[in-house]
Amino acid sequence: MLIERYEKIFMILGGVFLAGAVVALAVSVVGGHATLPAPAGRIEPSEVTSTAPFDEPGVFETEDGVEVVMIARAWQWEPAEVTVPAGEEVTFTVTSADVIHGMLVPETQINAMVIPGQITEVTQTFSDAGTYSVICHEYCGIGHHTMGGRIIVEES
Amino acid sequence: MTVTEPTPSGAKKLGPHSWRVDIPGAERADFTPIKWQLYLSLVGLALGALMGLLQAFERLDVNLYEEVGLETYYQGLTLHGVALALVFTFCFANAFLSVTTMKGFNRPLASRAVSQASMWSAWIGVAMAAWAILANKATVLFTFYPPLEATPAFYLGAVLLVISTWLVLLNMFLTLRAWRRDGNAGERIPLMAFVSILTYLMWAVASVGIAIEVLAFILPWSLGWTTTIDPQFTRVLFWFTGHPIVYFWLLPIYVSWYMMLPKQAGGKLYSDGLTRMVFIMFLLLIPVGVHHQFTDPGIAFSSKTIQWLLTFGIFFPSLVTLFSVVAGLEMGARANGGTGRLMWIRKLPWGDPVVSGQLLAGLGFMLGGMSGLVNASYTVNVVVHNTAYVPGHFHLTVGTAVALSIMAISYWFVPYLTGRDLWGRKWAVAQGWLWMIGVLTFSRGQMAAGMEGMPRRTAIAEATYLDGQGAAWGWGNVMTGFGGMIMFISAVLFFVVILKTVYSSQRVSAVQTTPLTEVVHGPKVSWAIFDQIWVWTAVAAVLIVIVYGEVIYHYLPLNSVSEGIRVW
Repeated sequence: MLIERYEKIFMILGGVFLAGAVVALAVSVVGGHATLPAPAGRIEPSEVTSTAPFDEPGVFETEDGVEVVMIARAWQWEPAEVTVPAGEEVTFTVTSADVIHGMLVPETQINAMVIPGQITEVTQTFSDAGTYSVICHEYCGIGHHTMGGRIIVEES
Repeated sequence: MTVTEPTPSGAKKLGPHSWRVDIPGAERADFTPIKWQLYLSLVGLALGALMGLLQAFERLDVNLYEEVGLETYYQGLTLHGVALALVFTFCFANAFLSVTTMKGFNRPLASRAVSQASMWSAWIGVAMAAWAILANKATVLFTFYPPLEATPAFYLGAVLLVISTWLVLLNMFLTLRAWRRDGNAGERIPLMAFVSILTYLMWAVASVGIAIEVLAFILPWSLGWTTTIDPQFTRVLFWFTGHPIVYFWLLPIYVSWYMMLPKQAGGKLYSDGLTRMVFIMFLLLIPVGVHHQFTDPGIAFSSKTIQWLLTFGIFFPSLVTLFSVVAGLEMGARANGGTGRLMWIRKLPWGDPVVSGQLLAGLGFMLGGMSGLVNASYTVNVVVHNTAYVPGHFHLTVGTAVALSIMAISYWFVPYLTGRDLWGRKWAVAQGWLWMIGVLTFSRGQMAAGMEGMPRRTAIAEATYLDGQGAAWGWGNVMTGFGGMIMFISAVLFFVVILKTVYSSQRVSAVQTTPLTEVVHGPKVSWAIFDQIWVWTAVAAVLIVIVYGEVIYHYLPLNSVSEGIRVW
């Protein structure tokens, strides 16, 4: 097939650029330990409040660090406010009791979907003390914009 | 108005039957359903733009929903998404690529009945969905994620709209067969017809996901035949289609950029072969939808990684397109006296709204494409997923590359279909620039606020968590609001030009010409295997089975746990 010289050069440069982008990202994933939510279990949304660990939402000290158990429902987080220590790894275990929600904490790596029937697990080490918002970022009904919670990070 | 009444300029008005087109054998009746598809598309644009204005006001803390008879921001947002992402784009594609198919094969479409059926299917489907949304029975946004449950009419309407696109593809294949039987058995498929068919073929394959989602899961559930549904799995099916739906928005514009725009700018297209290759690549790159689900809990890490790698492949055909289209434009500008490395750009026909609108749209697409690389990089995706950054990005791609191109194309397409002169060329040129100013302001605001964690799809002025957020939330919303208003004014200007054209401009007697770019290196020097449509379809199917087989293998068994919920 006849391809003009400039066309060929442009295509090669484009291919090299994209390959470079893929490599750069792969390096950042491995080197930066970037993680994404992976399957952490399934659950019956109608039985959330009677299924461990969601029968007791709150903050727990475990051997592996701090664990926060939260339930998302239209239009609130339960608990609506949690207090965790700075500098320690915090694992959030979250599920939905009704529709799809999203969990977004600005200024952190926490950004995950909360889907009925699935358990979402995300981890975050808060380096700075302060108050963080927990924002629902998936449309969950007409009160969606009122679905905000708080994480208070205290110096340990 | 009578046939002989003179217009103010003295030209004779022509009777309704004098309309003719440069496609042998094509009659007025072949174009009637096409015209009505285009009108439905523009109704979608008008409704969507109006909802956009209400959203712009909401950013500035002015809530006008009750004033126009809507209950909530989210009802308006559902209308905005459905009217623009589905009605405006699909119906435009139905109209436009029906014409390019005819021009490509140089004959009318094989079946007028199928054209009619497609048009009726679209109108009835849109009417059903519009009723459901306006009656506040379907405030589920255009993604309609279960377990949000709309009234069945909403889903049935969407099904009919998708069926209208399948009927267009059916007619394309019938026309291909008829063309082959007309003594073209061994010939290469004409390029314009080839790219039109590939666009619809890609979409037909891509729409299988949403077809299964709606027909096998959502409809039986919303009709009460089944009680529960799997919210995670239906999301997988949705995004199977939800990513390549972007190609279906974009490829009709690529057809214009490759096959018409160089001609309209006085240039030519370099390569038949690469053009065919680009369209085939989009068919092959369907299975990447999981990159919209990087943060979903129920999908395996391996599935996310595989589809993330494939996602980067999408940029390649668009890079090739950048070269081919710009080269075609440069040829035109140089023929027009343009010189220098870049100064030839000034010699492009900027005074022609058809060209200038699409040039600006292309510029928007470059910015949109770059911001898309950010979304696709999953380490960064965690920062911007579901934030205002995302609408900032896609208002540059679908909201400008596609929407502004459709408006620019309408500046020849509406005169072509109605046989009337374009009214107000200068206004039409200004409209394109106004759109760019608006969308650049809008997207800048959205992206900045998104990077500071402002969620998308949210009635943000009424949010309860505004205190203590980043500074960009505030000024970002102001930019979004004013940018959106400028876009709305641009849309109003577009409709003024179109309505003045249709209702008060004079009829022209010349035969309507369908733009068609000449190709420098034609089919003789491009691979004949490109034309083996079924081979490429089979390759695409195999890729889908492998890539999505991996997703489903890790996902099963189904987790049907959710009853329908109405939260609006």
